[in-house]
Amino acid sequence: MGIFFFIPLLIVLAVSFASRGTDGGVEWTFSLTNYAHLADPLYFRIYGRSIALALATTALCLLLGFPLAYSIARAPIRWQGIWLLLVMIPFWTNFLVRTYAWMFILRTEGLMNTLLINLGVMTQPIELLYSDWAILIGLVYGYLPFMVLPLYAATERLDLSVVEAAWDLYATGWSVFWRVILPLTKPGVIAGCILVFIPSLGAFITPDLLGGAKTMMVGNLIQHEYLVMRDWPLGSAISFSLMALVLLAVMAYFKTDGRLDRLERGV
Amino acid sequence: MNRGRIWLRSASLANLLFLYLPIAVLILFSFNASRLSATWQGGTFRWYLVLVEDQALLAAVHNSLVVAAVSTFLATVLGVSAAVGLERLPAGRRWTVEGALLLPLVIPEVMLGVALLLFFVMIKVPLSLVTVTIGHTVWNVPIVAVIVQARLQKLDSRLVEAALDLGATPWQAFRRVTLPLLTPAIIGAVLMAFTLSLDDFIVTFFTAGPGSTTLPLKVYSMIKSGVSPEINALSAMLVLISMALIGLSLLVQRQRH
Repeated sequence: MGIFFFIPLLIVLAVSFASRGTDGGVEWTFSLTNYAHLADPLYFRIYGRSIALALATTALCLLLGFPLAYSIARAPIRWQGIWLLLVMIPFWTNFLVRTYAWMFILRTEGLMNTLLINLGVMTQPIELLYSDWAILIGLVYGYLPFMVLPLYAATERLDLSVVEAAWDLYATGWSVFWRVILPLTKPGVIAGCILVFIPSLGAFITPDLLGGAKTMMVGNLIQHEYLVMRDWPLGSAISFSLMALVLLAVMAYFKTDGRLDRLERGV
Repeated sequence: MNRGRIWLRSASLANLLFLYLPIAVLILFSFNASRLSATWQGGTFRWYLVLVEDQALLAAVHNSLVVAAVSTFLATVLGVSAAVGLERLPAGRRWTVEGALLLPLVIPEVMLGVALLLFFVMIKVPLSLVTVTIGHTVWNVPIVAVIVQARLQKLDSRLVEAALDLGATPWQAFRRVTLPLLTPAIIGAVLMAFTLSLDDFIVTFFTAGPGSTTLPLKVYSMIKSGVSPEINALSAMLVLISMALIGLSLLVQRQRH
């Protein structure tokens, strides 16, 4: 396990400080040029887009997932299992298949356009696929269950009498949510946000299939440098910075008194 | 309060629709007679028949099953030993080892893919089904370990102590007491690892060589060459298989109680 995980990671780290060989291989001369390359505006735009899309995905998942998680936790016990199962089934379905479903719906000759034209909403099909919006939909669709599970675990533990007390004390709906429910479910919210943010940031399939040639994310950039450009040192530098970013997010989670295994199990 | 509840209920239903409608539509249109249109042109099973006769696809299914079986076996053995070993470490060191063990789960999968690719190229191992299997094993060990460990923590440690007091060797105590108690968790972990291996695309994408196409790689190349009813049919079958596997794992869990 150690051999096949940590040694490869160390090789990536080492290669990120090496130079690109003439034939696309690796030349072992120490340099920092790869990291200097990272500041290239071209790459910067890709990081910016990735972070923005990952943040937007996280926010949307939170917005969609909170009411769902809350009402699951409030449902009768025997219904909770069924609801959770319903949330989990799409998660167990092949990711490629789930992404393809959106290609089928969003493409120019796809279901959405056909439907809108038949309903008379518009006369010409519009290009929905191959855009940042399509990526966003795909990411939210793909990672929503990651948000719902920890949120459910947190809201399930929430003491209802506290919420009732707030109502009795004439709090408005908004302030009950903002001042009572949200602070008490904060660990779940943070766990959910991290579980959605990390895979969204490193996403590869979603931007590859739903995004266009001009809407690359970091995951695609790494793959592009490795397999297309064959510039392994640069690819390594990019993936190592990505990992550093992710580990920072995880450490932020630790700071808020979380445990890694709980994060993984979502409970 | 009541208005709030109605609002919550409808938000949840909207969520479920969002989760299920795309898959439902996908399956529905796998029976559509028209090749190109997204309008319903009558039902057919033609696309399923095309799939069953596709030799390259069948070879990919075969590869996927072999990789999933071998990597699940390896990951289970390693993952269970890791979980059991971890439980015996003193608390301070355990935290560090646990973090290291779970790290593969929190880094982006692309990162693991490129790291393995570099590693195999550096030690001059040609990419093949073997490298894919190793990749899947690395990916699955922490998952098995997490599931088994969760169960292990709930075990009554007095049972093992009783076995030792009654003269069992540590191995006997593990084999006859701990292992049977862990079985439901191990079966759950096996099913999970098998499903994840069967579905894995990213690690496979980086560690597969020529001739080691697995089912997800085949699906990917089909999708890349454009939307077609055959992919819809294949997707429908994959959804069905996933559901069957979840059903199976639920049945196993049910028996535990």
